[in-house]
Amino acid sequence: MSETEQTVRLPDMTHLVVSSSPHIHDKDDVRAIMLKVICALAPACLASIYIFGIRALMVLLVCAASCVAFEALFTRMQGRPLRVNDCSGLLTGILLGMNLPVTAPLWLCVVGSLAAIGLGKMAYGGLGYNPFNPALVGRVALLIAFPSAMTTWALPACNPLKWLGADAATGATPLALLESSEAEAAAMPSFSALFWGGTGGSLGETCAAALLVGGIALVFLNVIRWQIPVCLLGTVALCTGIGHLVHPEQVASPLLHLFSGGLFLGAFFMATDMVTTPLSRKGAVVFGIGCGLFTSAIRMWGNYPEGMSFSILIMNSLTPLIDRFTARRPFGVRDARKEVKA
Amino acid sequence: MFSFGKFYGGVHPDDGKIASGSAIEDAPLVERYVIPLRQHIGAPASPVVAKGDKVLRGQLLAQAGGFVSAPVHSPTSGKIVDITTCLGPMGNQLPAVVLESDGEDQAAEPMPPMDWHNASPADLKKRVGDAGLVGMGGASFPTIVKLSPPADKPIDTLIMNGVECEPCLTADHRLMLEHPDRVLTGAEIVAKILGVKRIVIGIERNKPDAIALLNKLIKAGDYKGIEIHDLPMRYPQGAEKQLIFAITGRQVPSGGLPMDVGCVVQNVGSAATIAEAVGAGKPFYERITTVVGTPLVRSGNWRTRVGMSYKDAITLAGGVKEDPAKVISGGPMMGFSVYSLDIPIMKNTSGILLLSASELSQYSSGACIRCGRCNDGCPMSLTPGLMSVQIENEHYDMAEKWHVMDCIECGCCAYSCPAHRPLVQHMRRAKSVIAASRRAAENKK
Repeated sequence: MSETEQTVRLPDMTHLVVSSSPHIHDKDDVRAIMLKVICALAPACLASIYIFGIRALMVLLVCAASCVAFEALFTRMQGRPLRVNDCSGLLTGILLGMNLPVTAPLWLCVVGSLAAIGLGKMAYGGLGYNPFNPALVGRVALLIAFPSAMTTWALPACNPLKWLGADAATGATPLALLESSEAEAAAMPSFSALFWGGTGGSLGETCAAALLVGGIALVFLNVIRWQIPVCLLGTVALCTGIGHLVHPEQVASPLLHLFSGGLFLGAFFMATDMVTTPLSRKGAVVFGIGCGLFTSAIRMWGNYPEGMSFSILIMNSLTPLIDRFTARRPFGVRDARKEVKA
Repeated sequence: MFSFGKFYGGVHPDDGKIASGSAIEDAPLVERYVIPLRQHIGAPASPVVAKGDKVLRGQLLAQAGGFVSAPVHSPTSGKIVDITTCLGPMGNQLPAVVLESDGEDQAAEPMPPMDWHNASPADLKKRVGDAGLVGMGGASFPTIVKLSPPADKPIDTLIMNGVECEPCLTADHRLMLEHPDRVLTGAEIVAKILGVKRIVIGIERNKPDAIALLNKLIKAGDYKGIEIHDLPMRYPQGAEKQLIFAITGRQVPSGGLPMDVGCVVQNVGSAATIAEAVGAGKPFYERITTVVGTPLVRSGNWRTRVGMSYKDAITLAGGVKEDPAKVISGGPMMGFSVYSLDIPIMKNTSGILLLSASELSQYSSGACIRCGRCNDGCPMSLTPGLMSVQIENEHYDMAEKWHVMDCIECGCCAYSCPAHRPLVQHMRRAKSVIAASRRAAENKK
């Protein structure tokens, strides 16, 4: 007995960690979540590079790099710990790039990044505190400040090696065609062109198939809640469907609305941003329906051909209210309304 | 058997039950036992022995200090060398009796054995109190209080908790496998005390051998009317309110107790101890403790006497191969990390867990990114993320409106938080501040 006791090694107590429970943790962290979203965006990025050529990659790279750089700069100016390795700035940059036309001058990308990170994110205190989706803040700032540069859409070359510069052939997006004269509307692309990405538009606006693959992956990775894209797309289909039935000459078919104008990009990647959307699943349903209603209204009655960005920003601003009105009834707490009746 | 088996929320940590195949071993005697006098919620027990007294195993050391209290008995024979204080697992000082073992382990005259079929419920209940029974699952509420519901709270269901949803712990699992008769008899005794007809044993499906064994014994006809509910694996399936809901579909009201919905929940370990206290007159001075962790040479389950130090328990397990980064009293989700091994095993010490440096990750917490995973994980359907921001800004009144007082501190929110926010600590802080202000308001009246 004494022999074995001597060989027993007891723990060294001088380097123990003492902290509050729980003592184990799920493997996922903020960085892992952001990287999953970036991976899910990869098919759509590759599709846009295929469709618009190597310059699309340039736009994405400049946006990503300048977003990360601005985030680092502003964090340092604020004297806060540097957290760019959580990859949220990188994601904002890629999303901003996906919202720009391939012909956007590179200085425009930098200005957009400044607006996205500076106005949209760091002014509020960084990740987690921003009320609006930063990438959309950047896009809308550019849309208002530089409308012509933001709505000059190069036609797809479908040649990854081609450099689409300022001299590229340009044309209108499918939704812009709808708002214009009937003669031009005759040039509407086919449904398969919309789905696979053979139309004009911003980088992330064209290939619905690639966006769908990434979006579904995110649902299964438990990164986004299916309620938001499903409710959003369903509402747009329903509203434009009714509009199409009543005024077929003014409102395009719901299929065209679903597969055009960055609806998929918005539904799966922008409207599902965790920070700026409701906490609960019930809130996610409300948020999705709200985005769908605003998008349909802007598309059918508004001046802008495309309503996704504005509708998401409007619903972002309503998120705290949605959170309050969709608060859950805790376990064991009686429903106050039922109690009054009883 | 049909079971609801569902409560809202919950998480699926790795269960880490590496000691589930290790049979229970008797821990050998050690030289010195430090027996805390407050091993339960309520008033400390008051000692009836003095320094220098010789005591025998099972002899009363301290009697209950009130109704919400429990007596304490000697784990072995020897000499009382001091009456002092000792460090408890939560870092607080507890009054304690220090016993030096004489190595003979002489038993005192046991309490007279009772035939529970013929004994009156009142006598049985008195025996449970005299034996020093407290809840063995964690909160260590004196059992006699739980078995004395007021007359206006009729009880119709007794639930035995064999869920053991805490990862790594296997003490209840081994108990059900090796002493199923004690568990079932104890359940029947408790049912008789309460006058309850329906007895349900809830067990998580990761213990199919225990489920099969108990079902076999019940089918053999010795224990009529006991139901076994196999429950899905989901932490915190064994939390009292979640267990009652999974089995009966009843929700314990906010701020209420299980008796408000006609239920009493007892741990299977308590049932086995009650069976021994009644059938053999043996007081509560030993329990089954899991000593587990990858740094240990040999994880296992031991029948340990109350008062044995954590150091002795780790020696039982052969010591360590590598230095642990954390030593935890209890399981990884709700246990307390300790800074000393001089803490004694108590009536509610279900396990001692050692985590290695690779299993432990230390984080710096960030801002809430509102992913909502804490919402999805919260078994009480609270909104931990939002409340933690309110609490950070010291808006305790808002947190109270969002029902922070209903938090059961199970840790599901902090476990799943990708920003590594210390959500449980926030909840505890708010709960203690709110409880203090409620007490202050009460005193003013």
